[in-house]
Amino acid sequence: MTETRAVEAWTLRPLERFVAESGARLTLLMTPAGQVLAQHGFTRAVDVMSAAALGAAIVASTGEIARMMDQQAFATLNHQGVQHGIFLGAFDTPRGGLLALVVYGPDSSAGLVQLFFEELAQGLIAAAPAEEQPKAVLAANFEDELNRSLASLFGR
Amino acid sequence: MSTAFRQALDGITRVRGVRGAMLVAGEDGLIVAESLMEGVRGNAVAALAASLQKRFRQAMEAAAVGNPHFLHLQGGGGTLMIVPAPDGILVVAVGTPDMNVGLVRLEMLRAAESIS
Repeated sequence: MTETRAVEAWTLRPLERFVAESGARLTLLMTPAGQVLAQHGFTRAVDVMSAAALGAAIVASTGEIARMMDQQAFATLNHQGVQHGIFLGAFDTPRGGLLALVVYGPDSSAGLVQLFFEELAQGLIAAAPAEEQPKAVLAANFEDELNRSLASLFGR
Repeated sequence: MSTAFRQALDGITRVRGVRGAMLVAGEDGLIVAESLMEGVRGNAVAALAASLQKRFRQAMEAAAVGNPHFLHLQGGGGTLMIVPAPDGILVVAVGTPDMNVGLVRLEMLRAAESIS
């Protein structure tokens, strides 16, 4: 059975509800920098890190395209495949901007994911604690921080 | 909205008691065209109606009784009706509990025929 796990506990309940309602196979909640807050469905740390980096890069790229077009950043992006679809959505919370990367299969749909993504965003905005002062990330403790996050995400 | 889609939906929404009609992409659950009264959450109805239709189709295929031609869900506060058009589009209508279901069904079948 796939599990939903979170580095930041306040993200867990809205994410569990989203997964149950939308039928998403994989979901990643992260910051625009690619720092993962919670995940559902991933079994390997390397997959989480790759997906987070790629998702953040896609949003950064489309954001830059929007800037070049003198438009606001694109809020959501959906890429439909034959069997699976990928949905990427960005939204603001009191803790700053967040991204959701969702992979869904034939038992769900773009419409369902988009519908429950809106509820996920509202749930996270309501659950988010006030923004804390950003901590300085030092090269010396970066690896420890990363390992702690991955341990939380995979229950190790 | 294209004229053909508007005409297809107008036929349905003209019936007394209908609160809205939509054309929905069956696989995606996304709205193609809509004519809704205020208060009807179009994107939610579209996504959930498409999901429902998919499940019913799977159930009917499992039962070897063919594909659904018409779904009618009667709730305490209203009615939801779905007619699949041949090319994967769903005609969806939402109405009051006392609307003329037979007439709405007829208009939905006409709409499905006109858009395919």
